[in-house]
Amino acid sequence: MGTPGRPRGSLERLERGLCPSYAGGAPRMSALMLTLLAPLIGGVALILTRAPGPAGWLNLGVSALTFGGAIWLALSVGLQGSLEGAGFRVDAFNVYLVVLTAFVGMTTSIFSRPYMRHVCASGRISTGSLRIYHGMYQAFMLTMLVALTTDNLGVLWVAVEGATLATVLLVSLYRTPEAVEAAWKYFILCGVGIALALFGTVLTYFASQHVVQDPDAGLTWSVLYANAHALDPTVMRIAFVFLLVGYGTKVGLVPMHQWLPDAHSEGPTPMSAVLSGLLLNVALYAVVRLKMLVDGSLAETATPHLAGSLLMGFGLVSFVVAGLFLHRQRDIKRMFSYSSIEHMGLMTFAFGLGGPLATFGALLHMLVHSLTKSAIFVTVGHATHIAGTQAIDRIRGLIRTQPAVGWSLLIGVTAIAGFPPFGVFTSEFLLLTATMQSYPWLTVVLLSGLVVAFAGLFRHLHPMVYGTAPEGQQPVQANMLPVLLHLGLVLWLGLAIPSFLAAWLDSATQLITGSHLL
Amino acid sequence: MISAWLIALLQALLCAALAPLLVGWVRKVKARLQNRRGAPVLQPYSDLRKLLFKETRVAHTASPLFRIAPYIVFVATWLAAATVPLIALDLPTARIADIIVLVGLLALARFFLALAGMDVGTAFGGMGASREMMVSALAEPAMLMAVFTLAMTAHSTSLVSVMEHHLADGFVLRPSYLFAFGALILVALAECGRIPVDNPSTHLELTMIHEAMILEYTGRHLALMEWAAQIKLLLYGVLVANLFFPWGIGAAFGPLALGIGLAAVVVKLGVLGAALAVGETVLAKMRLFRVPAFLNLALLLGLLGLLSHVILEVGA
Amino acid sequence: MSLTAMTLLQQFVLLLAALALFLSFVLLAQPRLVAAIHVFAWQGGLVAAVTLTVAMAGDASHLYFSALLTFGLKALLIPWMLHRLTRRLGLARHTETLTRPALVIMAAVVLVIFSYWVVVPMVAQGLAFTRNIIAVSLAVVLIGLLMMVFRQQAVAQVLGFMSMENGLFLAAVSATAGMPLVVELGVAFDVLVAMVLFGVFFFQIRESIDSLDVDRLNRLTETNEVEGAS
Repeated sequence: MGTPGRPRGSLERLERGLCPSYAGGAPRMSALMLTLLAPLIGGVALILTRAPGPAGWLNLGVSALTFGGAIWLALSVGLQGSLEGAGFRVDAFNVYLVVLTAFVGMTTSIFSRPYMRHVCASGRISTGSLRIYHGMYQAFMLTMLVALTTDNLGVLWVAVEGATLATVLLVSLYRTPEAVEAAWKYFILCGVGIALALFGTVLTYFASQHVVQDPDAGLTWSVLYANAHALDPTVMRIAFVFLLVGYGTKVGLVPMHQWLPDAHSEGPTPMSAVLSGLLLNVALYAVVRLKMLVDGSLAETATPHLAGSLLMGFGLVSFVVAGLFLHRQRDIKRMFSYSSIEHMGLMTFAFGLGGPLATFGALLHMLVHSLTKSAIFVTVGHATHIAGTQAIDRIRGLIRTQPAVGWSLLIGVTAIAGFPPFGVFTSEFLLLTATMQSYPWLTVVLLSGLVVAFAGLFRHLHPMVYGTAPEGQQPVQANMLPVLLHLGLVLWLGLAIPSFLAAWLDSATQLITGSHLL
Repeated sequence: MISAWLIALLQALLCAALAPLLVGWVRKVKARLQNRRGAPVLQPYSDLRKLLFKETRVAHTASPLFRIAPYIVFVATWLAAATVPLIALDLPTARIADIIVLVGLLALARFFLALAGMDVGTAFGGMGASREMMVSALAEPAMLMAVFTLAMTAHSTSLVSVMEHHLADGFVLRPSYLFAFGALILVALAECGRIPVDNPSTHLELTMIHEAMILEYTGRHLALMEWAAQIKLLLYGVLVANLFFPWGIGAAFGPLALGIGLAAVVVKLGVLGAALAVGETVLAKMRLFRVPAFLNLALLLGLLGLLSHVILEVGA
Repeated sequence: MSLTAMTLLQQFVLLLAALALFLSFVLLAQPRLVAAIHVFAWQGGLVAAVTLTVAMAGDASHLYFSALLTFGLKALLIPWMLHRLTRRLGLARHTETLTRPALVIMAAVVLVIFSYWVVVPMVAQGLAFTRNIIAVSLAVVLIGLLMMVFRQQAVAQVLGFMSMENGLFLAAVSATAGMPLVVELGVAFDVLVAMVLFGVFFFQIRESIDSLDVDRLNRLTETNEVEGAS
């Protein structure tokens, strides 16, 4: 499908036959409203809740409610096609990320309840800080969900910037000099990046003014996508560079990644889990949406794949550099944040590659990476409580002190390194196949990058899991349910992708690339 | 043709004649602002006459250059001033009324002034000369930047065509002119040795620049040096007034047009002189080490003028 | 459109934009904190004046509101908040020593030329009289960025950030005659929240390193020793 326009997914086509008279509207909108209002109201309520005990439960309840709303929304989109109206647009692509976001948000809140109580009880933070933590947790979920569901590029920008604002106080929650430094770096770097993205958004609006008559619709993504071929390519080319640098800062692409390891290592662990598992995805989602516009605009020019090539370049550099940096890390959370940069680089590369196979692989990789990485961060949170430090040198013998934590870390790292039978293997295999088809020589780079990253992870992992435990190392109270859930899902995805998920990913692929894979 | 040359000559004489009046006016306004009665406006004429008839003493270490320098400085400055259109535009001297010639003549005068300052070998003279060269080394690029901004609009470095172009366009708000105006004002303050760069009314400070160089001069020589400085002030005043506000200048040679031109320039200079007096009353002299920053600002303004001309004003 | 073909009001817009660019330079080289805040407030006022004049010259009535918003936020509220913070932090008479100011100014001039170079191919087909300002607004954004890199003082960095936002507001007005209202309000809200958070951080930074010199925030490097648990 060469011409831009709103293509119809196979599920949608199928389901329109089943319920032809249904026009959508109010009941479907309410699913979206539930998904968005739950964190909004919950966040306000949590700011007001003084007692730390109920706050944890309330946080969990709100997250579960959000997840319920997301499932409802996904069902509605799956059965009745994409939902548009009131400035929102939910299609197969973003509802997939909405469900993922709400799910990881929920499981992380299961983990965060006892974890933060432990932190609070040990006196590292006050109950006031805990209130800020819970309120900002929900504010963060809200901004991410708004960023995913909005149809307006301006609102998308506002929401992504809002996500920075919501998390920046959480990074400095412990008030240590390191935490304050990390938060300041995060704030300044992301602020600068996102300002450049706003400049790109302004340029996009500038281009749209010559095409779209209604000034209020000038930033509406669906309208722009339908008219993408008419957007001025010169303007869009410059705009995309600004947008890529801007949102790429939040994706953590090298060389704009400096904030990421610091923010991940100094913030509370549940924060690291959602930053790594979700925020990076949302920023990448924004980049992909914008790439679709630019591709439409540049289709007739001499450089139709400019956006894709830029993504491939940035992605590959991030992938390789992060893989090398993995070896030098001494802090366990920093190490895994470099692994996140590496995987985000891989996904960026795959989206840049384009084509149904690579896009399908990238979408799957988004899912499995989020699940695995947040499971790893949850496990790392327990591991650092056991060892009392984040220094890799001093975390030893986890499997002897607390087998559940040790095994989870081992399995999680095995999964993230791309071993079968886990889902990461499947998606990486798809990505390598796609690369082989288009740029065979890049496969070598990708494979060696994966090997380097694997070596980096395992040389640190082995002593942490198997080494001799120091005297007096005690197990801690740990809730391994989220980890089990995530790793179980990743294993399931590695063994067999359920047909509904395959169809779902396929219709998302179809939205992005214009053609089906399956 | 003859009459045109006569008018050019008249204009040159007028420059020399008006210069002390401008200085007297500035001093008078300044005195009034400081609640003094001040010397009469014509006082600089009496000073010059007094100095011209006084005995001229020359230090015995002085070389012939010391004696020649005042004449060179005076003639170069006067020639520079005579080329700037004062009351009429299309004079025969217009052919040499080029911005670069103007800067060159002023540089010549400054060169000899600095040489003369060092010639006798006193500490003050050498110090003044070195300071003067520092200031001018920084001021000259800024001056060139500012005038090039104007020249780019008119596509010519001739002062007359810049003014004609400006008159033909009518009243246009040009960002580049605003910046060039600012730059030229700063350069003029530095080059004419006014506050905040130098203080023209004192001989007793260690920070003096211009006065330090002419400290050894007496009588006729001193009169010429002082007069040259006054002409230079007038020159910059006319430059600022006529380049940015050329309205009123005589386009023809009729007595009426010339009369209006004279009246216009006198009014413009009067306003500028009053503004200078106000500025000198409000501001304090800055330390010498701050002068480079001051002139860098002038250079920056000149650069921004050029850039904003290119960015904002060139139509597609 | 060449300058002489514009109405006086349109020429006035260009003049104001050029002045806003000049204030960016002044901000970059102003070592005194309070004076820098004043310069920033003036810049915000100029951006608001540009918006107002565009509204008057182009008959875009929705811009009156955004001019009011910009003025209230950028010229009054944020400078006032910064003023209050500097007083409470005891920085009211703070003067920063700038390293190589002339070099930085030259870098800023290069950035102006670069912005022009970026924007030239794009504006060649634009028709609105404000198109020339896009390069100026990009330059204001980039000079703000330069300021954040080159200043070590946290408040000065925030001023750089906020002046970047000024450039973005200017871009929105000049390139597109204003963004949709919901976006404009959202951006203004984000800027305001960011300012509040910056205020919080000033105190946190001072608490942790006893100064607001951000260069001293240098504990996190690639090969540091790791302390403490999380």
